[in-house]
Amino acid sequence: MTALTAPFGRFTHSVVRAIPASFGEGALRTCSAQVDLAAALREHEHYVAVLKHRLGLQVVELPADESLPDCVFVEDAAVVCGDTALVTRPGAPSRRKETEAMKQALQELNLNIVEMDDDSATLDGGDVLFTGREFFVGLSTRTNQRGAEILADAFKDYTVSPVPVLDGLHLKSFCSMAGPDLIAIGSSEPAQKAFKVMQQMSDHRYDKLTVSDDIAANCVYMNLPDKGHVLLYCTSEEYPESAKVFEKLKDYTLIPVSNSEKVKVDGALTCCSVFINKKLEN
Amino acid sequence: MTTEVGSETEVKKEPEKAEEQSPAPEQDAQAPAAEPKAEAELPCGETAPPGGDGDAQPKAASPEKERKQKEPSAGKGISRFLPPWLKRQKSQSQAEPREAEKENQEKVDEQQQPGQESAPKSPVSEAKEAPGEELKSDDKDDKHSIGSADTQPAKEEKGDESLERSADVKEKEESKCEEKKEEGETPKPDSGTEKPLLKAAKKMKTVMCHVTLLDGSQFPCEVEKRAKGHFLFFKVCEHLNLLEKDYFGLSYKDAADQKCWLDPAKEIKRQIRNSPWQFAFNVKFYPPDPSQLTEDITRYLLCLQLRQDIASGRLPCSFVTHSLLGSYTLQAELGDYDPSEHRLEYLSDFQFAPTQTKEMEEKVVELHKNHRGMTPAQADAQFLENAKKLSMYGVDLHHAKDSEGVDIMLGVCANGLLVYKDRLRINRFAWPKILKISYKRSNFYIKIRPGETEQFESSVGFKLPNHRSAKRLWKVCVEHHTFFRLVTPEQPPKARFLTLGSKFRYSGRTQAQTRQASSLIDRPAPYFERTSSKRVSRSLDGAPVVSVSDQALRGDSSVAGDKENGREPALELSSDSKSKLRVQGENIYVRHSNLMLEDLDKTQEDVLKHQASISELKRSFMESTPEPRPDQWDKRLTASPATSLRLQAQGSLEEEITSILFSKAGFCSGPARPFVSRARAAEGTVTAASLPVAMGSVEKTPPTTDGPLPDSKDIGKSAEDKQRSGTGEQAEVEIEETVVIKEVKKAPKTKDVAPEVVVGAAVAEEAKKEKEGEAEEKEDKRPGGGEASSSSDSHSESEEEAEYHPQVSSVSVDQIKEEPEEEEPKQEAPPPGADPIASAAPPRAREERGAASEGAADEEAHNGHTETRQGLVSVEEDEEEEEEEEEEEEPRLNGDVSRTETERLPQVICCSEPPVVKTEMVTISDTFAAQKTEISTKEVPIVHTETKTITYEAAQLDGAGDSEPGVLMTAQTITSESLCTTTTTHITKTLKGGLSETRIEKRIVITGDSDIDHDQALAQAIKEAKEQHPDMSVTRVVVHKETELAEEGED
Repeated sequence: MTALTAPFGRFTHSVVRAIPASFGEGALRTCSAQVDLAAALREHEHYVAVLKHRLGLQVVELPADESLPDCVFVEDAAVVCGDTALVTRPGAPSRRKETEAMKQALQELNLNIVEMDDDSATLDGGDVLFTGREFFVGLSTRTNQRGAEILADAFKDYTVSPVPVLDGLHLKSFCSMAGPDLIAIGSSEPAQKAFKVMQQMSDHRYDKLTVSDDIAANCVYMNLPDKGHVLLYCTSEEYPESAKVFEKLKDYTLIPVSNSEKVKVDGALTCCSVFINKKLEN
Repeated sequence: MTTEVGSETEVKKEPEKAEEQSPAPEQDAQAPAAEPKAEAELPCGETAPPGGDGDAQPKAASPEKERKQKEPSAGKGISRFLPPWLKRQKSQSQAEPREAEKENQEKVDEQQQPGQESAPKSPVSEAKEAPGEELKSDDKDDKHSIGSADTQPAKEEKGDESLERSADVKEKEESKCEEKKEEGETPKPDSGTEKPLLKAAKKMKTVMCHVTLLDGSQFPCEVEKRAKGHFLFFKVCEHLNLLEKDYFGLSYKDAADQKCWLDPAKEIKRQIRNSPWQFAFNVKFYPPDPSQLTEDITRYLLCLQLRQDIASGRLPCSFVTHSLLGSYTLQAELGDYDPSEHRLEYLSDFQFAPTQTKEMEEKVVELHKNHRGMTPAQADAQFLENAKKLSMYGVDLHHAKDSEGVDIMLGVCANGLLVYKDRLRINRFAWPKILKISYKRSNFYIKIRPGETEQFESSVGFKLPNHRSAKRLWKVCVEHHTFFRLVTPEQPPKARFLTLGSKFRYSGRTQAQTRQASSLIDRPAPYFERTSSKRVSRSLDGAPVVSVSDQALRGDSSVAGDKENGREPALELSSDSKSKLRVQGENIYVRHSNLMLEDLDKTQEDVLKHQASISELKRSFMESTPEPRPDQWDKRLTASPATSLRLQAQGSLEEEITSILFSKAGFCSGPARPFVSRARAAEGTVTAASLPVAMGSVEKTPPTTDGPLPDSKDIGKSAEDKQRSGTGEQAEVEIEETVVIKEVKKAPKTKDVAPEVVVGAAVAEEAKKEKEGEAEEKEDKRPGGGEASSSSDSHSESEEEAEYHPQVSSVSVDQIKEEPEEEEPKQEAPPPGADPIASAAPPRAREERGAASEGAADEEAHNGHTETRQGLVSVEEDEEEEEEEEEEEEPRLNGDVSRTETERLPQVICCSEPPVVKTEMVTISDTFAAQKTEISTKEVPIVHTETKTITYEAAQLDGAGDSEPGVLMTAQTITSESLCTTTTTHITKTLKGGLSETRIEKRIVITGDSDIDHDQALAQAIKEAKEQHPDMSVTRVVVHKETELAEEGED
């Protein structure tokens, strides 16, 4: 009846946000790349369609805000676990306002909203990996210790362990959950090191799904009532080696999703949605 | 007469105690009291004819009678004059004749009334106010005057009781858990209560304990002042009708208002010191999977604890979880949601969270509606299923600072040690990663197993607020490690499985063991009333349903151990031994055994460090047990006062003693006494520990003690006296001294040590010196007697620090140098004909580490000095038929603990032997006569044991070892223990003529009843040893077999 009892990956809702026209030029990125806005829009449209139609999720689509070029990456604006939603304080100052719309949407979903009031705290949802048993929070350029502490305060039921992010933008830039107790992880040394840290910190033993491309390790796992294990993962066109690894997963509904444009601005598959598990209210 | 005097002094002192609040005075008071009690307790019935020493016995008998007579009479005649507390006791004594249960109840009732207000304080305060002395004198007079009529019955009862006890003991041994129930219900309570009663009546030494139960109610319980923790604990469990006790414990607040666990093996008084006798019944080990608990009542209690934890904020939860758990609480306590009856107001009686909002209450109610039809037991189960997932479930947090002075929290849990900074988990050390846990002063250290890529272990240090907190953390770690990580070796779950921990068994059981035990629980689900802590009177509708609960949850309960735990320590050993990275000279010792458990419970501090020494002691005992000498015994008795003094000095030693004794029991105590005695022997160790304390008090009041002591001696001879036992203990204590450094430090309080004491200590010291270098130092100080104790410099280690090696193959810094396991050599006799065993262990010659020439493995190195070890496997087999039984019994002894202990003491004495004996031990190293002397109830009978030593040697390459000393590269000692076997592994690496040689010497002690097929066990042990070291050859097998020949003085 709550996150404590629901299977890991069980979601009913998803919050997404449209891509603003400023995305192509204004979105923050770690490497200079030219974004094809139209392609990005198509990608995103497909992505949302998969959630909405293929998977049957209730998708809440927030309108784009031109002043917030990165607003499509809603994941960074909130961390939702169970009935509690932590509205973050993104590490990039230009993104702080992204949380407003998100907060409102989450409120409308009757979630218990926790906000980060501490001005010294920063947290990007992309640094938060929830394994179903605990949280790992990447300490990165976007997320600091204080932000991690507030995360821990918001989700008291769970252990929160910080993981230094030595390379890449976010913790989830090289890892994600690919199943219950299954962590997809990039093959780079920083990624592997991070996995070791996570394993060391955890009372649980996680299986590791190593993929050759770090960014490809970011996938979206869901466990849906009539579909079982569902995985959105990179396409074989983009990351053939990594895709092969995912395709070996058994009893999964495997859905390759193209992400070639958003990745140019460090956007990964998980970045574009916030998943929520709400009991269907009568 | 003398005893009476003693009592007076006690009373007087009590007020002083209260005022002064210095532990020492209290002890003084106790000491005299204890002795008399012991006398009273003597199981007259068991040993009807005082056989032993003619002179002594008659004396003893007379005093006893007098006392007994006095008791009843005093109660009646003086009653009006006596202060309420005195009356209480009297009434109790009168009640004795009644059935035990009734008595218990009565006691409780009586106690509650007068005592509840300020149970602990009452006696003291009253004593102050009233002309205590006068009253006392009156009592005495009355007693004298009173006829003997009362006396007789009392004695008879005692006898019966003792008989019952023995019977109980047997039962216990045989049946274990299941029987516990029964015991708890009837026989035990009797014995337990009665003794205290008798004593109380005489000496007024009982104290009211108030135990706060998990439902918030108070359980008043009167205990002997010198009762040990488990007495009270068992009382509480009995009251709660709880069988799965092992997860629980009693806690108290120390002077600093810190929550401490009451060590079941130690005297309560010594632990709480000046704190009020106020305790709380709490969950000590949170079962990771509560569904594996066998009984609903256990789950219910766990729920109560968790509700507390949650409401207090110790167990943080999210809003949703608070609400969910609260809803299960409502369902369990109130039953189905009833809109007409259940409005929001009904929630105000419950606290679901540290801060409870209206919103939360609404949520709780909303969720409550969903639980319709759920039985209370099911609701509890659901509660636990959710609670167990909470990140801080079962995590015991301790404030600390890291090496940089940053505030952190250390959390001890089932899986290991967690490090938190603020609310983040910043590190985690799983038990398998931890090689050693230690503390020194206010520093707490863990040594970490090197990672795959690392070459050396690393140590992590934390700074605790003070020494006490460091020690407390250390204890908790040791306990948790033992409870959760250690498993019983795979042994056929005979009835025996309980055998493990002797005394501490109950507290010392590992989770696996307790699961095993609880799987045997076969009682109808007990009826219990659920009362929310706020609504004490409310009985739940669902109560009857309890039994209905979900069987599914229980399905796994029978499962012995966790997978995690499953791994065998021994296996690890081998791997470790091979690692070349080891530091030279390190000793590795790991105890996974019951012994460990016991140690943990009792003296957790020292345990680890001293274990090596302890093991040495064991060996020494085995090998060089002096033969019983009645003469010495007599001497001892005569000298008893002095002895007592010694004890006092060593009072602190208690803890260690226990462990040591235990080891003795395990190893040496071969003499098969009737199980009863056996059981006692085991307990004896426990008692011994307690006694010293009493003795300590004696010191200060020399005149008083003298009087009583002599009496006690006499009595002791005739019948098993506590005093005797005490003396016996003393002797042991001395021995132990070497072992236990820590205790010495504690001793400082007792500054005046009688010269005699010193002597004894000195003797002991010598013995020890031979064995352990470290021990020597400590011992040296000993001779100084009180002084030694006072001079804590050298001891810094002892009190201030302790180590624990959780890992099977842990490398400990060599505080304990290689102990001369030389003993083995002694034992090695010319190899007789081959045995089945021998055949079992065919010598395979292989080299370890390439270069080693096994042929080189000579036996030269046997003695620890060279530290080179041979590759021989020496297997020692002790057949002690009753040891196991003894151990088993203890847990059930609940109420009786005090009694049993006293009785057992005698045995202990035997083992320990007077100081002279000790010397012998040292000298006689070669003689293998491990004597297991047991003291019959009345006499001090010595059991003769037959010792056989058989040595099988593979053709040895050469005796070169002697000629070539070689260079010792490394030496390690690893000890692992399992139920019936104790394995000590010595690994030495020497460099001889360019060849490196690795010798592994394993000493395997198999202890058990005749039930155990020793040969098979031995064969198995050898097989395992070979498997562990496939590349090694067995060069020698020494079988040392000890069997009881005859028993003397047994009833």
